[in-house]
Amino acid sequence: MGGDESYSKFTQQELPACKPILTPKWVVSVFFLVGIIFVPVGVVSLLAARDVVEIVDRYDDACVPANMTDNKLAYIQNPNISKDCTRTLTITEDMKQPIFVYYQLDNFYQNHRRYVKSRNDGQLRDAAKANQTSACEPEKTTADGKPIVPCGLIAWSLFNDTYSFTRGNENLTVDKKDISWKSDREHKFGKNVYPSNFQNGLLKGGGTLDPAIPLSEQEDLIVWMRTAALPTFRKLYGRIYVDLKKNDTITVRLSNNYNTYNFGGKKKLVLSTATWLGGKNDFLGFAYVIVGGLCFFLAFAFTLLYFIKPRKLGDHNYLSWNRHPAGR
Amino acid sequence: MKRFVYINDESYQNDYCDNRISNTKYTLLNFLPKNLWEQFRRFMNQYFLLIACLQLWSLITPVNPASTWGPLIFIFAVSATKEAWDDYNRYISDKQANEKEVWIVKNGTRKHIQAQDIRVGNIVWIRENEEVPCDLVLIGTSDSQGICHVETAALDGEIDLKTRVIPSTCVGLDCEQLHKIKGVIECPNPDKDIRRLDANIRLFPPFIDNDICPLTISNTLLQSCYLRNTEWACGVAVYTGNETKLGMSRGVPEPKLTAMDAMIDKLTGAIFLFQIAVVLVLGSAGNVWKDTEARKQWYVKYDDDEPWYQICVIPLRFELLCSIMIPISIKVSLDFVKSLYAKFIDWDEEMYDHETDTPAHAANTAISEDLGQVEYILTDKTGTLTENKMIFRRCCIGGTFYGNESGDALRDVELLNAVANSSPHVIKFLTVMTLCNTVIPIKSSSGAILYKAQSQDEDALVNAASNLHMVLVNKNGNNAEIHFNGRVVQYEILDILEFTSDRKRMSVVVLDCESGKIFLLSKGADEAIIPCAYSGQRIKTFVDAVDKYAQLGLRTLCLGWRELETEEYLEWSRSFKEANSALVDREWKVAEVCQKLEHSLEILGVSAIEDRLQVGVPETIEILRQSGINFWMLTGDKQSTAIQIALLCNLISSEPKGQLLYINGRTEDEVVRSLERVLLTMRITTSEPKELAFVVDGCALEIILSRYNEAFTELAVLSKTAICCRVTPSQKAQLVKLLKSCDYRTLAIGDGGNDVRMIQQADIGVGISGREGLQAARAADYSIGKFRFLKRLILVHGRYSYNRTAFLSQYSFYKSLLICFIQILFSFLSGIAGTSLFNSVSLMAYNVFYTSIPVLTTVLDKDLSEKTVMQNPEILLYCQAGRLLNPSTFAGWFGRSLYHALVVFLITIHAYANEKSEMEELSMVALSGSICLQAFVVTLEMNSLTFVQFLAIWGNFMAFYIINFFISSIPSAGMYTIMFRLCRQLTYWVTLLLISGVGMGPVLALKYFRYTYKPSAINILQKAERSFGPMYTLVNLESQLRSDMENTNISFSTTPVKNKASVYEPLLSDSPISSRRTLAASSFDIFQPAQSRNTSSYPRNIKAN
Repeated sequence: MGGDESYSKFTQQELPACKPILTPKWVVSVFFLVGIIFVPVGVVSLLAARDVVEIVDRYDDACVPANMTDNKLAYIQNPNISKDCTRTLTITEDMKQPIFVYYQLDNFYQNHRRYVKSRNDGQLRDAAKANQTSACEPEKTTADGKPIVPCGLIAWSLFNDTYSFTRGNENLTVDKKDISWKSDREHKFGKNVYPSNFQNGLLKGGGTLDPAIPLSEQEDLIVWMRTAALPTFRKLYGRIYVDLKKNDTITVRLSNNYNTYNFGGKKKLVLSTATWLGGKNDFLGFAYVIVGGLCFFLAFAFTLLYFIKPRKLGDHNYLSWNRHPAGR
Repeated sequence: MKRFVYINDESYQNDYCDNRISNTKYTLLNFLPKNLWEQFRRFMNQYFLLIACLQLWSLITPVNPASTWGPLIFIFAVSATKEAWDDYNRYISDKQANEKEVWIVKNGTRKHIQAQDIRVGNIVWIRENEEVPCDLVLIGTSDSQGICHVETAALDGEIDLKTRVIPSTCVGLDCEQLHKIKGVIECPNPDKDIRRLDANIRLFPPFIDNDICPLTISNTLLQSCYLRNTEWACGVAVYTGNETKLGMSRGVPEPKLTAMDAMIDKLTGAIFLFQIAVVLVLGSAGNVWKDTEARKQWYVKYDDDEPWYQICVIPLRFELLCSIMIPISIKVSLDFVKSLYAKFIDWDEEMYDHETDTPAHAANTAISEDLGQVEYILTDKTGTLTENKMIFRRCCIGGTFYGNESGDALRDVELLNAVANSSPHVIKFLTVMTLCNTVIPIKSSSGAILYKAQSQDEDALVNAASNLHMVLVNKNGNNAEIHFNGRVVQYEILDILEFTSDRKRMSVVVLDCESGKIFLLSKGADEAIIPCAYSGQRIKTFVDAVDKYAQLGLRTLCLGWRELETEEYLEWSRSFKEANSALVDREWKVAEVCQKLEHSLEILGVSAIEDRLQVGVPETIEILRQSGINFWMLTGDKQSTAIQIALLCNLISSEPKGQLLYINGRTEDEVVRSLERVLLTMRITTSEPKELAFVVDGCALEIILSRYNEAFTELAVLSKTAICCRVTPSQKAQLVKLLKSCDYRTLAIGDGGNDVRMIQQADIGVGISGREGLQAARAADYSIGKFRFLKRLILVHGRYSYNRTAFLSQYSFYKSLLICFIQILFSFLSGIAGTSLFNSVSLMAYNVFYTSIPVLTTVLDKDLSEKTVMQNPEILLYCQAGRLLNPSTFAGWFGRSLYHALVVFLITIHAYANEKSEMEELSMVALSGSICLQAFVVTLEMNSLTFVQFLAIWGNFMAFYIINFFISSIPSAGMYTIMFRLCRQLTYWVTLLLISGVGMGPVLALKYFRYTYKPSAINILQKAERSFGPMYTLVNLESQLRSDMENTNISFSTTPVKNKASVYEPLLSDSPISSRRTLAASSFDIFQPAQSRNTSSYPRNIKAN
């Protein structure tokens, strides 16, 4: 019976409905409420972002030997020149462990249409599918037709700078375990898939892989293959489980192998702590505070308008209309 | 041009098709290609197919081709299935008709065959209550007089029984002879005129001499009629299969396009151009970037020597990325909501006519929005505004008025006395009332006599006469039996001079069996009968009577009579027969012959029949006129009656509030002068608050429409009300066409066969399923039981439909543009190479699923309650002027989608920068942000939220998460674990909240600001009805509307043309004013040829008069 009734209400277009109207009270309270929520969230976010200590060091230019600054490309492409380089970092604030070590690339388009699709997930997952190299253009096979594992431009251009850290004489171990997603190690990269024919072509891209280690344990590759959506991105290199004190001096030995010189890319080394919000990112905090502020402003402005021009608002209007039927 | 049918002669039978009926559009073999071809005739479908084909090229496709092919195939499958199902049902019903068993004569014996095997020339036998399988010429019936009765409801919707007679040469043939009959029927090639057959029959010896006998439609049994009250009938098949009258008149009517559809098409076109521009700009930018930057990026590894087509690759990729700008789902969504609008009309209990048990019905499900945009209503009078329940009220017989005091002549003692005293005038008058008609008396089992009449007037006259003791008891063939005061009088009906709308009168020639005298009995409109009075008769009383009755709103008929000399009759009878057997121009020739007999009549008197106004007509017209709709009344009735009815139903106001301007005259000069005078008055008084209306009669209209179209068009634009009387069906259609050519939305409403052409011509045809049969209702887009439902149809259903479609269509573009803008913004950060931010599954589900379901519930949205709309009909102006869907509102939605795209994209890339900028995550954040905004936008834009909407909007939002959780748990999917990861991150929720806040804040603030400080009349009424009790009075709203319009530079008193223009002017280059004027001007030329054809028939009318 109830069903019949609501059916007939539906057919007669008479379903009970909530008919909201934008009364000043309602709108002002919404803005006020949004302000009340947003400003604290913003403040908390800002505080959280301020707690993060972040040290960024750009090294791509600095690591080029003084005599080769005019021809950086020749420097990086010459395998005979040593790529080792030493950088010194000063810790600005106390850093609690774990300290995340990232490398940051600027102006590197991992999201390029030609690049981002150049991989084959089946091949990465399953040893039996090694021959599956579709979509891997132009890094499908070697010159003599053997399938490359892992194929595609993304793997081929694997980032291969390495870093090691010392504080005074103390070696700071970089823990490179579990830097990739667990789900990737377990389901996307096979335990029995081993690299083969990798970087054997004429043109060498980025890093090489140890053919004796299965892909699921090649964590740098796994991290690299989680392509970034933006041309500026950071990828996790490892973690340091040591607290660093203010004014500590850290020496970084790095091998500057990766070529960013011919397209004007930048390479940075980042040491950072993390909070619930992630790394050092003021954006959300500022945005929340500003939006919250604007909401307060709007709530205030609408209230003011309501008092300045009340006649135009809401109910009185109609009453006056009703009292004086306006002349035709 | 002719076909010769040899009766019962097998050697000639193969010249024509057999009787297999086929209404199907497709066969099993050609279904797929033909259906696809039909579907691909639409531009939108071609476009989507092109996109889908491009996507098969993996080099350029940004996403999996399935994301376009899936929806495309789905949409095609849906329409193909619907077509196939309809066609299958047609096939089944054809099969049933084709395999029905019928009796035919073969080799002199009767045989049972299937209906589909009937050939032209076969003699077909039909028994009572059987359906006629093909068009037959009747040659024998069980009735000794050669009469049979048929029901033609399936053919023309009329429910009375019609009499059919066998041709005179076949009279008296017995069954045996009918088996052997031979002869030839000469008839025209198949056509679709179901009221006409100009043919001859000649029987071969030994049956009769070689006399040619004329055949008319009354000698035929047409396909799909039923034989009634007759034991059997047989006839010769002359038209078979799809060549029957019914088969020929079948046809797919032109689909009507609503103003809204046209606007949506226009906007789609604009978006398409915009898309092309975006593609060209981004495509070239992409090529430049590729050559300057991307070649340096070794990791992208561009080849140096590329194939020639590389230059097109990036533009084509952008074309594919941007193809979602035009939403593939809009057609399906619109079809869905439109069919629901139609269902709401069918379901509406308030439009259910309890008196006749008829619900309202929307036969055309596609044009409900147009109802809300009606500007002109052209209405029939009789049966539409009035009940068409004719009651004989008064009469004037030989100068004496009856029924003046009581208002009912049947109770007037004087008349009853006159009848009792057998006053000769009264007897003659009653005789004409009883005999001069085509009424068939049927004795019911209880002994009472029922009259089956085609015309309600005749019905009223015969019934009135029987109340005055002159009872038509029996009409057996040509013999009529009348009981008068206990006396039985026999008449033989010799000829019937039929009624046509040109002649405006009918006559019968009868032989008084007692005295052997021959009489001509005539009845008709006053101007058709009074001029025929014998010279010397004083006709002034009758003219006065007609005027007087007309002023009371009564329908008048003049009755006349003349005794004929036998010679005169015989001579005339021959020429009448000749004219009746003419093959060309028969109608005209017959009219001319009739003219020769109908003269020197003795005018007996005037009958006055009341046709009461339907309930609620004045209120309905009042409300609809308030809502800004202009009313034209087109009637075949005479001027004074029409004006009277118009006054009664609020169509025009009496002096001094209103003024009537007459356009009349007999000659061209008079008409022109009068037209110019009226036009001048109209121009001068447009600014005065006076209701002007013009009255024109058919005669003057004929002259005006043929030669002074331009002036009349101007008049039509200026005048809000018009009464056109004495107009023919084709003139009604011409007037509709004229208004349509001025770019007005027209609605024609009528109930009878004479309104069908007008109904079909108008943008919207509404039929009243009335007493004159269902013809009008069948031809119409909407059928309603009573005129008063029209206000609900327009103000409630039309208005809601318009509002809902306006929202739905713009929203569809908004959501498609939103996702497309995000893709475009992303391309700036991905090397302008055409990378898609979203994966294929998301893109497909976004259009088909995530965003299309919530918005469909807009079919339940009501901005104002029905009561408010009824109390403030002026609010319809918003729909009429198209204020809710036009380029400027669309620009608003366009801007909103751009803004929302910026919000979603910028917040996402900043919140998910650096180490979080993982592709899959970032894309899901952006997608969630868009979906979230969509949900808020729909919620905010709905005016009333029922639980269905809540469920659809927020349930859909939940479903988005459920679906994505599901996909995220498939290890092989690209977005494996992504959604779980995101939902665990606080950042994700914080980002989502920020997107919602930033996205919706300004929208809400703007909406509130407009709502409060620049409210539209809709907003004011919303506030009034929702915040507290007292409603607006009409006065208030009108002045509000006026001030509202003054803001937008419209003055209230201007013609609708200007009202409409103000909305578009800022954005449309071609202002409707200019386009209308040019249209009006050009229509002049267009009309000429069509007109000349019509005028050719006019001189005949003059002659006839």
